[in-house]
Amino acid sequence: MGDDNGLVTQALAGKRYALARLISQVEDDGETARAALAALYPHTGRAHVVGITGSPGSGKSTLVNELAKVLRGQGVTVGVVAVDPSSPFTGGALLGDRVRMRDLSGDPGVFIRSMASRGSLGGLARATGDVIKVLDAVGFQVILVETVGAGQSEVEIARTAHTTIVVEAPGMGDEVQALKAGLLEIADVLVVNKADRPGAANTARALELVINQNAAHDEGRWRPPILQTVALNGQGVPEVWEAVVAHRQYLRESGLWESQERARVETELFNVLREELLNRTLARVGRERVQEWVTRIADRQVDVYTAAASIIGG
Amino acid sequence: MSKRLRILIAKPGLDGHDRGAKVIARALRDAGMEVIYTGLRQTPEMIVESALQEDVDGVGLSILSGAHMTLVPRVLNGLREAGLEHVKVFLGGIIPDEDVPRLKELGVVGIFGPGANTHEIAEFVRQQLTED
Ligand SMILES: Nc1nc2c(ncn2[C@@H]2O[C@H](COP(=O)(O)OP(=O)(O)OP(=O)(O)O)[C@@H](O)[C@H]2O)c(=O)[nH]1
Ligand SMILES: [Mg+2]
Repeated sequence: MGDDNGLVTQALAGKRYALARLISQVEDDGETARAALAALYPHTGRAHVVGITGSPGSGKSTLVNELAKVLRGQGVTVGVVAVDPSSPFTGGALLGDRVRMRDLSGDPGVFIRSMASRGSLGGLARATGDVIKVLDAVGFQVILVETVGAGQSEVEIARTAHTTIVVEAPGMGDEVQALKAGLLEIADVLVVNKADRPGAANTARALELVINQNAAHDEGRWRPPILQTVALNGQGVPEVWEAVVAHRQYLRESGLWESQERARVETELFNVLREELLNRTLARVGRERVQEWVTRIADRQVDVYTAAASIIGG
Repeated sequence: MSKRLRILIAKPGLDGHDRGAKVIARALRDAGMEVIYTGLRQTPEMIVESALQEDVDGVGLSILSGAHMTLVPRVLNGLREAGLEHVKVFLGGIIPDEDVPRLKELGVVGIFGPGANTHEIAEFVRQQLTED
C-alpha cells in the first residue's frame, strides 16, 4: 500500500494533475487517501489558512479573486478552496465560484478547487480540512477557503482557518442581526463589500457599534478591523490583506497560533476517534444486532443510554 | 460508495449567451452530479486548466458562435497535452449536421442541439462517464 501511482511524490514535485487527483482521493475518503495524507502530513503546517465567509452574494468569490491578485503581486503562491452546497435530495451540486476567479487562470502560482459540501452543514465539506492539508503540503503559502455562505451556522471555518474574514454588503438590514448572533464572533477581519453602493458607511457603523460592545472590556485582545471594499475593481483589497497579515502577527506574538493549532488538532483527533470507534463497534456487534437494539429503543423497551452502554460493554 | 461524477460546463467563444449552458448545468446537478460552472468567454486554455484542477470526468461545451470547428479541436488537443485524454467531451449549441461526423471523429462523445431534452442529456452523460 502507500503511495498509489506515486501521486504523493509527483504532487510534492509540483505536478498539478497529481495534486488534483490527490484532492479527489481525499474527497472520496478511501484507504489510499489515508495513506497519502499520512505521507503528506510532515510537509504541512506552513500555510496561512484564511477563511472567507458571509451572506450569499456578498462578494466572497470576487474578493477571493482580488485577494489572490494582491498576493500574487507579492510573489506569494495561493491555493483556493471554494465550497458550495450539495443538494440534500440528489447529492448534486452547482459549483459556480470559479466564474468570479477567471483573472487567476494561467498562473502556475494559483490552484483553485471547487468542493461540494456533500451533506455537511457547517459551511464546509467534511474533507475540506484534508484538502487544505494537501495544498499546504505541496507548498501553497496562503490558502483561501470560501465557505458555502448560508449564514449564521458557519462556525466551522473559524476552527479550520487561522484568520476568518466575514464579508457583508450594504442594504442587508437584518444581516447585522444575524451577524450579532453568530458570524460576528468568528470575524477576525470584517469587510463591507460593494462600498460603491449606498449604505456601506451605515453598515460599517452598525458593525462598529456591535464590535465596540463586545470588545469594550477586553484590553489586548484582537479587535476585528472593519474595512470597506469594492471587490469588483479591487478597491480596498490591499488593506484587507494588510489586516490579515496584522492578525497573523498578533496570533504569532500572543502565542495563540500554537494554542489554536493544538485545539484544532485535538478536535480533529476526537472526530476521527469518534468515527473510528463507532465503525469498529458497529462492525464488532454486527448490523443485525444493532438493528435489534434500534427496534427495542423505538418500542420504548430500553432507553438509548442503557442500550449504548450494553452495546459497548459487550 | 460510488464516486460522484464531476463535470465542467464551459462557454468558450465570444458570444454572450450562457442560458443554454446554465440549463444543462442545472440538469446535470439535478441528476446528482457535481457541476463546475465557469461562465462566459472561456478560452480553450482556461477550460483545460479548470478541467485539470477540478479533476473532472467530463467537459460540456456550449458553443453558439459558430466557432466550434476551431474551438473544439483546441480543447481536445489541450486536454490530451495535459494528460487528460480520459476526460469525455460533449457539445451543446447550434452545430450544423455536416460538422457532426468530423467532431465525433475528433473525439466528441455527444452533440446536443437547442431543443434537446435535458433529462436525456443527463442520462447520456451519466452513461458515457460511468462506462469503462
Ligand atoms: N456593485 C458591486 N458588485 C459586486 C462587488 N463585488 C461583487 N459584486 C457582484 O456581486 C455578485 C455576487 O458576487 P460573488 O463574488 O459571486 O458573491 P459570493 O458571496 O461569492 O456569492 P455566493 O458564493 O453565491 O454566496 C456578482 O454579481 C458580483 O459581480 C462590488 O464591490 N460592488
Ligand atoms: Mg462565491
